[in-house]
Amino acid sequence: MNKNVLIRLNGISKSFDGETVLDHINLEIHNKEFITLLGPSGCGKTTTLRIIGGFETPDEGDVFFDGKRINDIPPYQRQVNTVFQRYALFPHLNVFDNIAFGLRIQKCSDAQIKEKVKEMLALVNLRGFERRKVNTLSGGQQQRVAIARALVNQPKVLLLDEPLAALDLKLRKDMQNELKNIQHQTGITFIYVTHDQEEALSMSDTVVVMAHGKIQQIGTPTDIYNEPINAFVADFIGESNIVDGVMLADYRVKLAGHTFDCVDGGFDTNEPVDVVIRPEDVDVVSKEKGMLCGLVTGVTFKGVHYEIIVDVEGFKWMIQTTDFVAEGETIGLSIDPDAFHIMKKSEFSGMFGDYSSFSDELDKLSDATEEIDEE
Amino acid sequence: MKFLSKFYIGLIFLILYAPILVVILFSFNESGNLSHFSTFTLNWYIELFDDNDEALTALKNSLILAVSSSLIATTIGTLAALGISRAKNRYYRQTLESVANIPMMNPDIVTGVSMMLLFVGVGAAIGAKSSLGFWTMLIAHTTFNLPYVILQVLPKFRQMDRNLTEAALDLGCTPMQTFFRVELPSIMPGILSGLMMSFTLSLDDFVISHFVSSPDFKTLPLYIYTQTAHEVKFSMYALCSIMILAILLLLIAVNVAGSMGERRARKKAHKALKGGVR
Amino acid sequence: MKKKSFFEHIATAPYVFWASIFIVGPLLVVLYFAFTDQEGKFTFENILSLSSYSHTFIMSLGFALIATVICLLIGYPLAYCMSRMSERTRNVLTVLLMLPMWISLLIRTYSLMALLDNGGLVSGLLTRLGFEKLTFIGTEGAVILGMIYDFLPYMVLPIFTSMNKLDVRYLEAAADLGCNNRKTLWRVILPLTMPGVISGITMVFVPSISTFYISQKLGGGVFDLLGDTIERQFQNAVTYHTGAAISLVMMILILISLAIMNKFSDSGEDIIV
Repeated sequence: MNKNVLIRLNGISKSFDGETVLDHINLEIHNKEFITLLGPSGCGKTTTLRIIGGFETPDEGDVFFDGKRINDIPPYQRQVNTVFQRYALFPHLNVFDNIAFGLRIQKCSDAQIKEKVKEMLALVNLRGFERRKVNTLSGGQQQRVAIARALVNQPKVLLLDEPLAALDLKLRKDMQNELKNIQHQTGITFIYVTHDQEEALSMSDTVVVMAHGKIQQIGTPTDIYNEPINAFVADFIGESNIVDGVMLADYRVKLAGHTFDCVDGGFDTNEPVDVVIRPEDVDVVSKEKGMLCGLVTGVTFKGVHYEIIVDVEGFKWMIQTTDFVAEGETIGLSIDPDAFHIMKKSEFSGMFGDYSSFSDELDKLSDATEEIDEE
Repeated sequence: MKFLSKFYIGLIFLILYAPILVVILFSFNESGNLSHFSTFTLNWYIELFDDNDEALTALKNSLILAVSSSLIATTIGTLAALGISRAKNRYYRQTLESVANIPMMNPDIVTGVSMMLLFVGVGAAIGAKSSLGFWTMLIAHTTFNLPYVILQVLPKFRQMDRNLTEAALDLGCTPMQTFFRVELPSIMPGILSGLMMSFTLSLDDFVISHFVSSPDFKTLPLYIYTQTAHEVKFSMYALCSIMILAILLLLIAVNVAGSMGERRARKKAHKALKGGVR
Repeated sequence: MKKKSFFEHIATAPYVFWASIFIVGPLLVVLYFAFTDQEGKFTFENILSLSSYSHTFIMSLGFALIATVICLLIGYPLAYCMSRMSERTRNVLTVLLMLPMWISLLIRTYSLMALLDNGGLVSGLLTRLGFEKLTFIGTEGAVILGMIYDFLPYMVLPIFTSMNKLDVRYLEAAADLGCNNRKTLWRVILPLTMPGVISGITMVFVPSISTFYISQKLGGGVFDLLGDTIERQFQNAVTYHTGAAISLVMMILILISLAIMNKFSDSGEDIIV
């Protein structure tokens, strides 16, 4: 067994009221790692976190911490601390007393408490806030207090449950950097739960993509983005066109009636596959030079680029381009061989990656319901 | 429209307060006659305390009973609310809650006579000469206070952010420490209002006490009842006026204390805000 | 996890103990007394003998219903008017409304008696104005007036509370959708304050039907309401069994009334939805 493994989940299952939330999860978390559990609402990521924190007991399977089984250890005896989704700061205590809470339970001396709290406040950039009431603080400040309150106990692992979900975009970006810095400075293992793929990609050493109570893929952010294992991961991480294809031979794939060179191999001859092409990897050329031809049915200006929807024989592609093309124009598409990513067929095939009903608004609506569900 | 509604409010409140004002006014009336006011006097007040110390004894009894029954009810009720809010079994939870509703929904007279039957029955069974007295009063008052305490405290437990409990456990508190350090402070307002409510309900109760009391332990309402049973007594007008005044002062005190506390909290918050900017 | 539920059972234990002896216990004792005679033998005699009290039942029910309806008719508009005042005024009015609730019912009934007594202030005033001598005490009107006067605050307060809780946005939405004030009242405010009305009705009806002090003082001993009857039965051990039977039937009567009302309000909501 890898000596560096701090937490090991072994065949964890959990169901609530007969509904399976976690389905035989296996996961290893290494020391000093920043690991993110990423997935849509109801995928089981928060439950996984709560099992590690000790707030839920798994129905099946074992949790190991530093090689010891900790299934039946209550939360207050675990060397992990949690930053809760809505911070859960104690409203009857001020900032100092909130942070000092864990230390007081451990019966630290007053001098020690004072020093450690001061140190923590410096770490989270809240010097001079000791006597403030927590409900007079802004969301970002409360967030920092929550982090300080957890870190002051010097846990081996810090669990963070969507800690930035309630902050506005700008603040969220700042806090992402700050959290990353804090993790570097303290060298504590962070287990981070989010449904925001951008957040996951920009902060983590390792990303765990979850859906339907199962782990879909574990990997570095670049692996996950460039080599998604199935249609779900490809769609959830960034935008992608997912096209039905057939592997004719190694490095030869047929899709949309044309045969292309690619860089993937190792499939059976004529095996049906899902092919992922990221919108930024498709070049717009004149229709004579294009490998594929299509009709532009929608153009949206996004600032850095245009997002255009192109109808290629009934399948709608999304393409990001810096050149302006007009709606109704017929254009050619050119794709480099390394832009094709070939995936085996999975339960998610055909569910994602077609932009025929694409709309920004719908996307946002589904995001909104997701957030409500999380509550 | 605005005028009309002001007029309506004024009228109803006038009618609501008229009898009370009349009682206060005529407690100072020399002639001992309700039809007209002759001259100002304090005789009725003097008579009230001069006659005998029955009134003072009743007041003392009332206070002892109210303090002890509200404290017992608050302790039992708070624990019950804790248990109910945590109980996993839905039927257990619902049963406990609906049992708590019984004394609230039942007319006081039924609660009174049913407890009396119980006490008399038990008393006869153990061969006691007189089973009614302070202890039966204490039990009865605690019983009708209990549901009100649960009613005040249970919502506080339910509103309490479950994350707070988990945060405390996460930071190393045992369940017992969690209760005293985190849960108890956040339900304190509910406990206090439950205590206040029980205290006043107990002080105020006449109907239930009427059935479970004995002549040698009389509370203030029982004293008033016996005094007013047969004739109009102006010393009772004096007693009523004193009680109304006491309640008025108490209400004002509670309100002033409340608003002062609020203002102080606001001031503190303001100061802290300034400090933060610096 | 097992430990935790043990802790919780301990927390409810004193209450379970207390409630089963002193809440459930007395009700069982009432049941026992209602169905036994003095030798402790099972009998329906007590219940059957209640037919001679049918007049009392009908009169009590009637008085309580009239008092409740009048309280509602006075109280709902009052709560509505109060809720439209400025916040400052509302706070003052709330205290004014609660003050009478804090004053013992005995004192309030007694003070109403002072006002209405034969030879009291009102009749004195009327005589001086040249009306012939009127007697209030001992009339149906006085008893019902007593109930209204004593219990009106209990009707107004829950309605007022539910009106204050009403989100202003609902009223704005109703106005936006074309309701004038009266339509808003009927279509939005009334249905949304229904819970307050229900608890107000309960809080007036239950004490009205079971009172004995009001009828003793203001009824001049002429009207024998349910409360008076029960009270009298318990002055003498011989009639405990009849008293228990009357109490039992009254309890059932109240339960049925509350159930009907809840059903009525539920179906009312259904129609609105």
